Amino acid sequence: MPTRAETLAQAARLRAQFEAAGAQPIETPILQPAETLLDLYGEDIRARAYVTSDALRGEQMLRPDFTVPVVQMHMAHGAEPARYTYAGEVFRRQEHDPDRSSEFIQVGYEVFDRYNAASADAEVFALIAQALSGLQLRAATGDIGILMAAVLGLRTTERRKAALMRHIWRPRRFRALLDRFSGRLPVPPSRAALLASDDPMNCTAPQIGRRRPAEIAARVAALEEDAAVPPLSATEMSALDGLLSVRETAPYALAHLRDIAVDLPAITPALYLLEARMVALEARGIDVENLDFEASYGRTSMEYYDGFVFGFYAERRPDLPPIATGGRYDALTRQLGRGAEIPAVGGVLRPGLMLELSEAGA
Amino acid sequence: MSVKLGVPSKGRLMDKTFQWFEKRGISLARTGSDREYAGAVTGIDGVDLVLLSAGEIPRELAAGRIHLGVTGTDLVLEKLPLWEQQLQEIAPLGFGHADLILAVPKCWVDVDTLDDLDAVATAFRAVHGHRLRIATKYHRLVRDFLRDAGVADYQLVDSQGATEGTVMNETAEAIADITSSGETLRANHLKPLSDSPILRSQATLWRSRSAPVTAAEKRTVEALIERVE
Repeated sequence: MPTRAETLAQAARLRAQFEAAGAQPIETPILQPAETLLDLYGEDIRARAYVTSDALRGEQMLRPDFTVPVVQMHMAHGAEPARYTYAGEVFRRQEHDPDRSSEFIQVGYEVFDRYNAASADAEVFALIAQALSGLQLRAATGDIGILMAAVLGLRTTERRKAALMRHIWRPRRFRALLDRFSGRLPVPPSRAALLASDDPMNCTAPQIGRRRPAEIAARVAALEEDAAVPPLSATEMSALDGLLSVRETAPYALAHLRDIAVDLPAITPALYLLEARMVALEARGIDVENLDFEASYGRTSMEYYDGFVFGFYAERRPDLPPIATGGRYDALTRQLGRGAEIPAVGGVLRPGLMLELSEAGA
Repeated sequence: MSVKLGVPSKGRLMDKTFQWFEKRGISLARTGSDREYAGAVTGIDGVDLVLLSAGEIPRELAAGRIHLGVTGTDLVLEKLPLWEQQLQEIAPLGFGHADLILAVPKCWVDVDTLDDLDAVATAFRAVHGHRLRIATKYHRLVRDFLRDAGVADYQLVDSQGATEGTVMNETAEAIADITSSGETLRANHLKPLSDSPILRSQATLWRSRSAPVTAAEKRTVEALIERVE
């Protein structure tokens, strides 16, 4: 195992490489206001981050990643376009796997650029691939933007699309919603009874709690409306299933997705972006012919990526988490920016794991 | 040295535990005054009774300070991550049945499943500007359950007692708590979701995997387990 000093030295080398590529080095506080992270990630973040508190500032979290503070710093006083690099500890609570570290060093590279998404994507991926060269890692790539475009293009109600969009990053609930909207799952008996009732709002129990009767009535009305909506077509459903199972090298994946676009034409602009990204990656010396692409990749991480996503894995060490991960997170900047937004893409590496692998290989 | 058996220190849980061991030829009794937490064991040699709060028994077992202990499944699963590595389940005792359930106001006629709860949570957040609050003391169990089910836009608020009252007091919109008969729920105008329970719990005898034992103590533990299984 590398010592902490060795890991820090490796982190400093990586950060220097990113500085040489044009990034500005930045530092962020370790203590983050819990409220921001909770608003963004929900209650799940409590299982992943250490929470502490004091009487003055309330709940604070030990930085579980750099994304949020870096985005906030940029939105507050960043120039455009901007490139940042950083290195430091992140802290992760571990409740299920005692072999995972609860504290480790990350080095990151982030690009905030409004104009050329494909080129910024390729820049981040290529720089990280270069930093990792020699470690014989497998790169996985994906693009959540394609799935999002498919959902937005479905021939169904805005309400159903919004429900699906909200659960893009929760594959099980997303699947459950699709099954419901396509009629594959029957309507639960309690829902059927409510819809069949002449007076659905009739309830003998007293109204308690902060949710008002008007809110309940509004949802009942929405459920009644939804019951009259025809199910998603078999064509769209099989196209979506096809999309979610695309997993091949990038050129074949693109060809396959173009076939799927016949039934889901709304994904076509996202496919142009994928193609432009492949060209940009090629121009930076990436072997795109042999690059893996999975349409479902990156949906279970908690990073809320909404476009290009990637990860680098040590196939000889399946016990290790990914050595590097990254992606595009435009929506996150929208949420943190209170109205403002800026397209952003970035990635992080784990210098400690890199050293562990190169020691083992030496 | 002797084997330490941890038993809940008061109430029905203690009485029922005593009866359960009695039926298997092991008498447990409190000694001294009613207020003194000391006990005696007859019918088996080399066992000491340790009276503890049921909530502390999981931790004492995990730390290896007691060899055997009686407490609810709910408390073990909530307090000990990876509990299988720390504890061995010896026998369910057949009492202290309780389900950990999610409950919402009965007047929420549109809510019966987790699907509904999730849909209501997002609408609630848009209207009220904060996430839908679920009052509970079982933070880990509830969070894991809701994460697996893909429910979002909720927050857990801590409630160590009188949890069923939090909705009426408007400090929470829903609750997750242990219920045995559902009477307290009904009295507080709440109803359980149909895809609960999160967990079915009962009083259970556990063995610590980490408590140090001498050869003689090991024989005593094995003899006791043989008697009760």
